[in-house]
Amino acid sequence: MPVDQGMATLSDQLLVATILAYTVAMFLYAVEYAFGRRGHVSVAATKTRVLVGAGGPPVEDTTADDRRDDVPEVGSRIAVVGRIAVGLTVLGAGAHVGSLVCRGLSVSRVPWGNMYEFTVAVCFIAVAAYLVLLLRQPLRYLGAFVLLPVVLLLGLAGTVLYTVPGPLVPALDSYWLKIHVSAAVVATGIFLVGFTTSVLYLLRERYDRRTQAGQTLRFPTTLGVRLPTADVLERGTFRVIAFGFPIWTFAVIAGAIWAEAAWGRYWAWDPKETWAFIAWVIYAAYLHARSTAGVRGRAAVALAVLAWGAMMFNLFGVNMLISGLHSYAGLN
Amino acid sequence: MAIVAGDAARLSTAPEPAWPVSPGPLAALRRAWRQLVSMRTALILLFLLAVAAVPGSILPQRGLNQLKVDDYFAAHPDLAPVLDRLSLFDVFGAPWFAAIYLLLFVSLMGCLSSRIPLHVRALVRRPPAAPRHLDRLPHSAGYSSPDDVEAAAASAHTRLRRDRWRVERRNEPDGVVTVSAEKGYLRETGNLVFHIALVVLLAAIALGGLYGWKATVLVTEGEGFCNTVNQYDAFEPGRLIDGSDLPPFCVELDEFTARYQPGTAQAASFSADVRYGSGDAAPTTAHRIKVNAPLRLDGTRTYLLGHGFSPIVTVTDPSGQVFTAPTAFLPADDTLASTGAVKLPDARPAQIGIDGVFTPDRDLDDRLGLTSLSPVPNNPALSIRIYIGDLGLDSGEPQSVFSLDQRQIRLERLNLAKLAGGRPARVVLGPGQSAQLADGTTVRFDGYQEWARMQVARDPGQLLALIAASAMVAGLLLSLRIRRRRVWFRFVPADPGKPSARTVVAVGGLARTDSDTFTTEFDQLTAKAREG
Repeated sequence: MPVDQGMATLSDQLLVATILAYTVAMFLYAVEYAFGRRGHVSVAATKTRVLVGAGGPPVEDTTADDRRDDVPEVGSRIAVVGRIAVGLTVLGAGAHVGSLVCRGLSVSRVPWGNMYEFTVAVCFIAVAAYLVLLLRQPLRYLGAFVLLPVVLLLGLAGTVLYTVPGPLVPALDSYWLKIHVSAAVVATGIFLVGFTTSVLYLLRERYDRRTQAGQTLRFPTTLGVRLPTADVLERGTFRVIAFGFPIWTFAVIAGAIWAEAAWGRYWAWDPKETWAFIAWVIYAAYLHARSTAGVRGRAAVALAVLAWGAMMFNLFGVNMLISGLHSYAGLN
Repeated sequence: MAIVAGDAARLSTAPEPAWPVSPGPLAALRRAWRQLVSMRTALILLFLLAVAAVPGSILPQRGLNQLKVDDYFAAHPDLAPVLDRLSLFDVFGAPWFAAIYLLLFVSLMGCLSSRIPLHVRALVRRPPAAPRHLDRLPHSAGYSSPDDVEAAAASAHTRLRRDRWRVERRNEPDGVVTVSAEKGYLRETGNLVFHIALVVLLAAIALGGLYGWKATVLVTEGEGFCNTVNQYDAFEPGRLIDGSDLPPFCVELDEFTARYQPGTAQAASFSADVRYGSGDAAPTTAHRIKVNAPLRLDGTRTYLLGHGFSPIVTVTDPSGQVFTAPTAFLPADDTLASTGAVKLPDARPAQIGIDGVFTPDRDLDDRLGLTSLSPVPNNPALSIRIYIGDLGLDSGEPQSVFSLDQRQIRLERLNLAKLAGGRPARVVLGPGQSAQLADGTTVRFDGYQEWARMQVARDPGQLLALIAASAMVAGLLLSLRIRRRRVWFRFVPADPGKPSARTVVAVGGLARTDSDTFTTEFDQLTAKAREG
C-alpha cells in the first residue's frame, strides 16, 4: 500500500499546530492560575447549602462543595483568559485528531503502529479526558498541569520518536493491533491525567503540612496555595485511576491473546510484558493502599506516581534501552 | 457514625478472626497468620512482586534468549556466576520470586476465606434498621407528604423496589414506619470474582507449566515433520510430561513466501503453505500459516517463527558419485546473510566438507561475496571454502550441522582443497556456476530453497487462563464502578391520632465509597419520593 505523501505532510503540519495551540493554552491557563481570584479554601469552608423541607426539619448539607469555587468570578477579565485557554485546547484537540486521522489515511491503517504514533495518540486521549472532565466539573486549574506533560511528550514524539509514515511490519499486521494497542493508548492517556492529579495532590498535601507546621515554603510547594483541597485531588486521582485500571487490565489481556497467536505463548516475560505487569501491580497496590487505613493518602498517591513511572519506562525505557519482541522497540 | 467507621474497616482489611487469645505456639501461629492475611502484608508483597520483576526485564533471561545470557557471561565473567546463583537469569522461575507470589496468594486466599462467607451473609441479610438520627448521615433530606404513613411508606417501598433496591420495612413505636434499602452488592461480588479469578489464573499458569510443551523444528520446502519428540530440533516438556504421548499428526512444508514492500527490504508478509494430516491420515489438508495465524490442530498450535535459505549444492566426487540436496544455512543478520556447512561423509576417496556464506542479495562490491544488501533474493550467491579429508564425524562427539569441525582443520585432518588451477578452493558462485577441484571434484551451486522455523506448542491451561482473565476484567469493572449505598426513610405521622393526617418524612443516605457521586442519586431519589 503506497504512502499518501500529501496526507502524511498534512498530518505533520497539524501536529505542529496542535503543539502550538497547546503551548499557548498552557501559558494562558498558567496566567489565569497565577492571577485568578484567590481563597477558594476559605470560601468552601463557609459555604453551606440548606435544604428546607416543607414541614420537615431544615437539613444542612455541609459537604464541602469547594470544586466549584476555584474558578474566578464569571465576567472577570482573568476568567476570559481561562476561557480562551479552553477554546485553544479544543482547537488544539481538533488539530490533534486531524493529525491522527491524516496519519492513518496516509498509510491506510490505524494510526498507532509505531512509538511516534502511539505517543501522539496517548496525548490525545489525555487531552480528551481532561476536556470531558471539564464538561462535568470546573477543572480549569488543571489545564496547565495536564498540558505540560502533553506538550513535552508531543515535542519528544515530533523530534526523537518521529517515524516516517509507512506500512506495518508483518508481526503487527493483525486486528489485535486495533484492540490491544487502542486499549493501551486509552489507559495510558487516562493514567497521564491520574499522574497529573496525583502530583498536584502531593504538592497540596505538602503545602498543607508545611503551612500547619509554620515552615517556609519554596517552589514548587508554593503552587499548592491555589490548588483545590488535598481531599478533592485525592478523590479525583482515585476516580481517574479506578477508571483507567480495568482498561489497562484489558489491554494487557488483549496483548496476551495476541501474543498467543503471534509468538506461540500468551505470556513469556518479554520486557514489555514484564513492565506492563509491573505497572499493573503498582496500580493494584495503589488501589489497595487507598482503602487501607493508615496507608491512604500520601503513601498511596506516591504509589500512583510510581506506577506512572513504570508506564513511562515501559514506553521509553523498554523500547530504547531493552530490546524485546515488541516491534515498537528499536526506533526504526 | 459508627457504621461508617465499622464499614470502612471491614472493606479495607481482613476481618479479625474471633479466636480466643491463648499463650503458646498456637497463638504465635495465629498471630503470624493474621499478619499474613492483613492488607498491609498484601500491600508489601504486591510491591515486592513489582520490584522483584524488574531484574527480569533488565538482565537477559534464559527462558527468552539463552544466547544473550551466554554473551553476558562472556562480558562479565566475575559477576555473572554470582547473579546466576541468585537465579537472576531466570527471575520468573526463581525460588525467591515464587516465594513472593505464593505468599501473596496464601494471603489472598486467607482474605477470601473470610470475606466470601461475610459477603454471602450480607447477601441474605435484610437491610439494617434505620439509625435514630437520619439527619446526621452524610446525605440527608426531609419533606412532608400529604398521604398518611401507610400510603407514603408503600409508595417509597414500591419505587425503591422498582429501582432494584433491596428493601425492608419496619414498624417503630407510635405508628412510625421505616423503610431501609440497600444497593450495590455486586461491588463486593465483583471484588471477590476478581480475586478468585486471580487464583484460577495462577492455577491455569501452573497447569501450562506442568503439562504443556513446546518444540521447534526447521523445515525446508518439500520436507516435513511429524509430532514426535525425535523429529524436533528442540523439545521443552512441562514438568510432569515426558513427550511420549504427543497427539499424532504430520506437517509438510510446500512453500514458504516472504513478501517485501516494493523496492525495499521491509517485510510485508510471511507465509508458509503446508499440508497436514491428523493421526494416521496422510498430510493432504492444505493450510496457510502466517505470522499472526498459527495452525491449530489437536490442541496444539504450529507457528511460523523464522525463515532462511537452504542453498542447493551439487557435488560430484572423483569416484563419480553425485550428491545434491538443499542444506539449511543459519541467518547471521537482518539481511539474511547466512552461514552453514555441507558435509559429505560418503564421498570417495575422501570425505568432503564445504562451509561458507549464502547471501540472498550479494553486494557486488564485495569480492568475497560475504555481505548481503537485503534479505530479498535478488542476486543470490554462495561464497564457500571446500575441504577434503576427515570430517571427524566418527569421533562420537556431537558437532554443529551449521559448521565444520574446526579442530579437524587445525589438526590438518581436514584440509582446504585446491582448485583445478592450483589456487586454494575459495570461490564465490552464482546460481548455476560451478568450481572444479584439482582432484576432479566439481561443486555446483544450483540455487536455493527457503526454510521455515516452526514452533509447535501445547498449553492445556490457556483456555482456563483466558476465562479467568475475562472474569478478572468483569470483576474489576463491577468492583470499581459500583457503589454500595444505603438509604433510609422514616415516616412519622404529623398529627398522631388522626387517621388521615399528613406524614413527615426524613431521609438519610450513606455511600460506603465515593460519597460525592452519590449526592446526585440521593437528591434525585429524594425529589422523586417527595413528588409521591
